Amino acid sequence: MVVKVFVLRAPGTNCDIETAFALEKAGGEVSFVQIGELARRKRNLDDCQILVIPGGFTYGDYLGAGRILAGEIKRSLALDFEHFISRGGLILGICNGFQVLVKAGILPGNNKQSQVATITFNDSGKFECRWVYLSVNPNSNCVFTSGLEKLYLPVAHGEGKFLAGAKILGDIDTPVFYTDRAGNKVGYPWNPNGSIKNIAGICDRSGRIFGLMPHPERHIEPSQYPRWTREGDQGNAFEIFLNAVRWARAL
Amino acid sequence: MLFRLEITTKESFSDPRSEGLLADARDLGLFSVTGIRVNDVYYLAGEATTGEIKKIAEELLADPITQEYFLDYPDLGGRSVEIAYLPGVSDPVAETFLEAISGLGIEGIKAVRTARRYLIHGELSDNELGWLSSRLLYNPMIEYIVLGEMTFSEPPQYHFELKTVDIFNSVGGVNGGLYSNFSHDELKAIMDYFNKLGRNPTDIELETIAQTWSEHCVHKTFKANIEFEGRTINNLLKSTIIKATAELNRPWCLSTFVDNSGVVAFDDNWAVCFKVETHNHPSAIEPYGGAATGIGGVVRDILGTGLSAKPIFNTDVFCFGSPELPYDKLPLGVLHPKRVFKGVRAGVADYGNRLGIPTASGALFFDERYITNPLVFCGTVGLIPSDMARPGKEKVGDLVVLVGGRTGRDGIGGVTFASRALDQRSVDSAQSSVQIGNPLEEKKVIDALLRARDAGLFSRITDCGGGGLSSAVGEMAAETGVRVDLEKVPLKYSGLSYTEIWISESQERMVLAVPPENFDRLARVFQEAGTEATVIGKFTGDRKLHLSYQGNVVGELEMNFLHRGRPPLNLKAKWQKVVHPEPELPQKVDLEEALMRTLGSLNVCSREWVIRQYDHEVQGTSVLKPLVGRNNDGPGDGVIIKPVQGSEKGLIISCGLDPKYGDIDPYLMTASAIDEALRQIIAVGGNLKRVALLDNFCWGEVDELSLGALVRAAQACYDMSIAYGVPFISGKDSLNNTFTLEDKTISIPYTILISAMSVMEDTTLTLSMDFKKPDSLIYIVGLTGDELGGSEYFALYGATGNKAPTIWPMRAKYNMRKISQAAAERLLLSCHDLSQGGLGVSLAEMAFSGGLGAEIDLGLVPLSEEITRDDIILFSESNSRFLVEVSPENEGRFEEIMSGSDLALIGRVKNEPFLEVYGLNGHKVISCPLIELKEAWQRTLEW
Repeated sequence: MVVKVFVLRAPGTNCDIETAFALEKAGGEVSFVQIGELARRKRNLDDCQILVIPGGFTYGDYLGAGRILAGEIKRSLALDFEHFISRGGLILGICNGFQVLVKAGILPGNNKQSQVATITFNDSGKFECRWVYLSVNPNSNCVFTSGLEKLYLPVAHGEGKFLAGAKILGDIDTPVFYTDRAGNKVGYPWNPNGSIKNIAGICDRSGRIFGLMPHPERHIEPSQYPRWTREGDQGNAFEIFLNAVRWARAL
Repeated sequence: MLFRLEITTKESFSDPRSEGLLADARDLGLFSVTGIRVNDVYYLAGEATTGEIKKIAEELLADPITQEYFLDYPDLGGRSVEIAYLPGVSDPVAETFLEAISGLGIEGIKAVRTARRYLIHGELSDNELGWLSSRLLYNPMIEYIVLGEMTFSEPPQYHFELKTVDIFNSVGGVNGGLYSNFSHDELKAIMDYFNKLGRNPTDIELETIAQTWSEHCVHKTFKANIEFEGRTINNLLKSTIIKATAELNRPWCLSTFVDNSGVVAFDDNWAVCFKVETHNHPSAIEPYGGAATGIGGVVRDILGTGLSAKPIFNTDVFCFGSPELPYDKLPLGVLHPKRVFKGVRAGVADYGNRLGIPTASGALFFDERYITNPLVFCGTVGLIPSDMARPGKEKVGDLVVLVGGRTGRDGIGGVTFASRALDQRSVDSAQSSVQIGNPLEEKKVIDALLRARDAGLFSRITDCGGGGLSSAVGEMAAETGVRVDLEKVPLKYSGLSYTEIWISESQERMVLAVPPENFDRLARVFQEAGTEATVIGKFTGDRKLHLSYQGNVVGELEMNFLHRGRPPLNLKAKWQKVVHPEPELPQKVDLEEALMRTLGSLNVCSREWVIRQYDHEVQGTSVLKPLVGRNNDGPGDGVIIKPVQGSEKGLIISCGLDPKYGDIDPYLMTASAIDEALRQIIAVGGNLKRVALLDNFCWGEVDELSLGALVRAAQACYDMSIAYGVPFISGKDSLNNTFTLEDKTISIPYTILISAMSVMEDTTLTLSMDFKKPDSLIYIVGLTGDELGGSEYFALYGATGNKAPTIWPMRAKYNMRKISQAAAERLLLSCHDLSQGGLGVSLAEMAFSGGLGAEIDLGLVPLSEEITRDDIILFSESNSRFLVEVSPENEGRFEEIMSGSDLALIGRVKNEPFLEVYGLNGHKVISCPLIELKEAWQRTLEW
């Protein structure tokens, strides 16, 4: 079965090309969809199995990261998203896409589409572009990280600190945590933004909606690994995209 | 009605932005400040219900978890300073905010303005508050302190009135006014032209000529007739740099010195282009905006190359004064180097990151002569289909289409400003020259342009940069002629005169030539991307520039006069060697201490603080990153990307910059910079077969001596280009980087930046500079001489000296070719070039980046002359040298390949994390833990 993937574009999206490349390589049939095309019903979420909201600075992030796009989704596409989710579609939000999913209330996913968590300025007060170790939570329902144990990915953001109240946190499914090389949950720079409980990404209860700050699409080949000139091929994050396409194919 | 919304972080959450401000205040020595909070403030003008205002605050502004909002002016404790943009300064956040409000379905709000409110806690005197405000909180060039009610001024209306300038009766007046940059000869040429026409010029005609003939646009110094050492050089550029390219005549050079950037072939389907620009004057006045618009401008050069290239890589190089400069040494009217540095870095990051272009290579250089004139070089590499690599051709009847942002009063006269010297009064005249960029707008333009290009909708493109429409349209139509209806240009606000519209340097605009039948489709593509395309005129066939406004003819010039009527400059140049005092080196030097100090010096230390704040991974193309080694923090040489998805072919980007040698000899400075850029390509596994160079000259005052220096530098470009077989493909110069302080003129040091780009056939051959394996062999390639003139080591003694590194390109080329050959056989584990700080610094860097120790013997280093001091061998900056790590089992084959080269085995890599160096007398002169060396190297710029 052909797995159809929509990569969502809004003004300021900038990781769309490499994200599409990763999904195509994983076997998906990718098309780019403008937010306006969805809002005006020229394109329909029903025509895809996987929706990806890629990284970037949508609307410049001028009023807070992901804020304006999240508002557009809430106002014009709430029912479309609800329907898409209820019929088993997958959603992946990377970096700005994760910020959008949280601010639109789609994650952590209480089906009320109101914002209960947030992603805010890094504790360092700086934009941080660095590689981070992630340990994958074996108890997570996340479809995307299933079968994985560890990941090594770059982050590149100024607003990546995940925050939520204690009650919400107790309930969140966290597939990926920031750790040091040995897998311990420690502070900066291993946790590059000061996220509470070292949370790097979260998913909804079904495991089908996943958002994370690090960029898996930037580590799908051995030569993207920062130390390949000394350590050779140490594996990469391509499995995340394969997992998504495999799952969607089995639907 | 005027509404005010203030957003603040709730007390229970940390606010890194506020914490950073407190640290900056401490940095200024204001220890009485105990806390600073900053709140975002939004003013909304128009009609709205309280419910609607609350909805705006909740849906668009305040984060429901971490922030709260106030509808009035809350008393939040501390002393308040509110800052807003001066009227007329672009405010991209406000533009986006207004659109978002309308997206909520609230149509009553007609205008918005943004502001920031600082709440300062602590026992501060009024004086201290004023000092804090001007040093940290705002820049009076673009901002002001809001006192009392925020105002929304109604934009003035413009009433057409044709202005002519009586040049025949008031030459002095003309020359003293807006047109003060015309030379005597130029004025005469203008008078002759209009005399023939039997009329006076209109203001727009004179402005057009001023823009077209400005140094910034036409580079008249480089094109001048220069008398030098008994001969006349007719056009320095053509007789050196461009000449070398012509003589080398490489078939893979697709487009050089004719377009907005230089283009070379990449593979069968793709070409790559590269351009580096400077944005010095604007960055001196407003570092953030100046640097951001610098990036924006060079990216548009790439978009405006051929039929539009996709920007894939950014590079930036800065020259600043020392960030440690005491405040009492800072000249009046000048921003502190640390503020300039931080502002420029932030500007490049905020603009470049938002465009989704990796910023992955660059350099930093510090010298006190850059305090008053910082240099900001911004470069961009682009990828373009081979068949679109050459400039397009407009046809008679094609439409002139302006795309992207709207036109305002931004940067009126920016070009003439950029071509002039700065002084304390620049502050007043610069206001309209300073611009704030809108990266979101530029990103939309990039997206739309590439779609329109692939659909074949336009026949030619150029960027709208310095000189605005005047330069863009004027140059584009040089061979055809054009008619422009200025009232059709979409404006940000009313009140612009026809001349202001024509010369405005508003950002994020491009000009296209579009066949009429394609326009509707083109307009749709731009509309879908959230921006616009507007027809403003038509290409004619009469080789004339016709300008009209609301049906009135306001200007008519012959293209031939505009582009060929400028009389050449006649200049004199002279080269005179300056003799500097030599340092008195002590008999006995603590080499360990000297190495630590050199590693920690501003020109050598780690740049990690800067690099990490740029997204250098976006687009996913990086193969060798700017930071390499065991902990991803070592100083890589060249950077490598794989620009075409699915292809192993790569592109190496590097640069060289050595202004200190220029104090001794600009020829050697230039040759050294070229050598350095090439070394970085060799060191990462590349070769010299497909290397293209770019030159960027930044000079101070233009007089006989500095012109002599310019001639020598250009001559070095020619000589090295020919000797190494590497053509120049593009370049740029920025002259008059001076600052007048009372009666003294401060010039920057002669500065040339060489940027290099090389196609790499096989990226699996990539090498990084970190030591890889204990017990492997350390070789040095290239000869070491007593060449410490302008070195970092002499700088420790406060001296320049006189023996700058010389260059023997044929020898160097042979050595480089051998290294490339060994790399191609995969015989090298690591390779690093020797530059500032020489052997000592490079060895230490390789060791601590790899987390492995090393042991070397200075007595084994091959020399080009007799040297009896360890410090000279350790810190000499002789050109064309490399350190290479080779596994013991490859020793034989490696030495066989390297036969005939200047090679010596000088030591071994060790497992123990120590650097050990034996001196000429056989004794250990350095024995130092790596961690101490690394700390010394990292501490300086770890902000």
